[in-house]
Amino acid sequence: MAHTGISNKSPFRTATLWLIWGWLLIFALLPNILVIAVSFLTRDSTAFISLPISIDSYVRMIDPLYFDVFVHSLWMAGITTIICLLLGYPFAWFVSRMSKRWQPLLMLMLILPFWTNSLVRTYALKLLFANNGLINKSLLAIGIIDAPIDILYTQGAVIAGLTYLLFPFMVLPLYAVFSDLRNDMLLASQDLGASKPQTFWHVVLPLTTPGIISGVLLVLLPAMGMFYVADILGGSRNLLVGNIIKNQFLDARDWPFGAAASVLLTLAMAVLLLAYRASSRRIGKTDFSEVA
Amino acid sequence: MSDSSLNGSTNNKSPKNKNPIRFGNIVAKGYLVLIYTLLYLPIIVLVVMSFNKSKIGYNWGGFSLKWYESLFNNQAMLDAFWHSIVLGLVAATVSTAIGTLTALALHRYDFRGKGLLNGLLFVLMMSPEIVLAISLLALFLLIGLQLGFVSLLLAHITFCLPFVVITVFARLSSLDERLMEAARDLGASESIMVRTVLIPVIFPAVMAGWLLAFTLSLDDVVVSTFVTGPSYEILPLRIYSMVRVGLKPEVNAIGTILLVASLILAVISQLLLRRR
Repeated sequence: MAHTGISNKSPFRTATLWLIWGWLLIFALLPNILVIAVSFLTRDSTAFISLPISIDSYVRMIDPLYFDVFVHSLWMAGITTIICLLLGYPFAWFVSRMSKRWQPLLMLMLILPFWTNSLVRTYALKLLFANNGLINKSLLAIGIIDAPIDILYTQGAVIAGLTYLLFPFMVLPLYAVFSDLRNDMLLASQDLGASKPQTFWHVVLPLTTPGIISGVLLVLLPAMGMFYVADILGGSRNLLVGNIIKNQFLDARDWPFGAAASVLLTLAMAVLLLAYRASSRRIGKTDFSEVA
Repeated sequence: MSDSSLNGSTNNKSPKNKNPIRFGNIVAKGYLVLIYTLLYLPIIVLVVMSFNKSKIGYNWGGFSLKWYESLFNNQAMLDAFWHSIVLGLVAATVSTAIGTLTALALHRYDFRGKGLLNGLLFVLMMSPEIVLAISLLALFLLIGLQLGFVSLLLAHITFCLPFVVITVFARLSSLDERLMEAARDLGASESIMVRTVLIPVIFPAVMAGWLLAFTLSLDDVVVSTFVTGPSYEILPLRIYSMVRVGLKPEVNAIGTILLVASLILAVISQLLLRRR
């Protein structure tokens, strides 16, 4: 389409393109290639990594010792994602049906916590979850329990923490698709004789699938990486993939293994991105950025 | 330009007629209230506890500012705070400069590899922080860069960049091309058009992008954990090392200060973006 304004061959254009491409190549593309390369090398106690090339790091992930940790981590991240979806789907729907006057305020209140320090908010949960914390005290006071229950340092605490931090990221894309969901489509479906469950299943759900997938993308991947949540709320037995990668890189100094775990995370992201693209194509949208 | 680019659209076309699928209004509102309560309860507890006199446990021992006092007497904490502010200011400014130029280029020019650039920025934004963190660590060690301020800065600029691009780009997408054409028809030169039309239009978004980048930088734990060096300790990592070992009342105080600061920044940014 026609472009008005600044001419297409200006030095400004050339300089800008050099700058951004240079930055992305050096600080995004090249580092990732390095990590992939490292994952195929061998651990070395002095120089971190050395030859020969091997797939040993990938094979070791199936080793029961690590495999169980991976599965447990995936499980916690997966449950977090499901809880966020189950809570966030009706939440986004309700907000999108509220009066136009209230919607901006409601969404602002949702994203405000996103602007605040996530480490501080994780720590705040610790205040609630501790043995003499607010939850235990309240439960004791109303007599539901006789002795404090262990909340802190359980996988439940990690899942609660991840859900708390990542919930807005599930709601944002869902809210975007619900805002685009036009009432006349639902009316048409009902006029054609569909029941409410049928309307939901055949109209609402397919039209909101891109939102669901991008929400899953925005929750599942960070949920696997946020090692500080597991550190603060989960104790030593509830590790995330992020903890494994961090331990391998900063403590155990087994770079190839940490890199291989990171490559798997990247592959998971690629699969989810492709699923998102396919689902938005299906409903006639190729806009990658509805997510943001 | 095509629609298949960065575009933060939330346009709402639904007419104002009755919803075919109706919720019990009470149920919907009750649910929203419940979720918002859960979202804000931990924050409120933290703020209240920061003024609590008693050190151990969670019993209210009376109002006190002593944790704030001890915070301001904690030199390591103050140093870390200033380090974070400086890092955030520089990282936000550089990423806003590069990000704004990139958004302008994406909006106004057609060039080879435009789709690829879009995609790369998108993937960078979506990438788990931990993946970015170890990849940058690998890069810095490979080129022999001393870990410290510079490595933190390069990393922070990198993860802030896509957020600035998308914020400014969304604003540019809503820019009415006719404004520029009208300016040209009235005989405005290119530099006048940029000064009188383009800059006023994108300025709020540029500011909002800067604020977002600053907050992201001030917030970051994951990437910084990997690329930090002993010479430059920043606040989130200082807090992290404190909260790992147990409950520290000073953390309530610094947490409250950070919460209030970022809430103010967030509200300013939202006001900037709303004024259309």
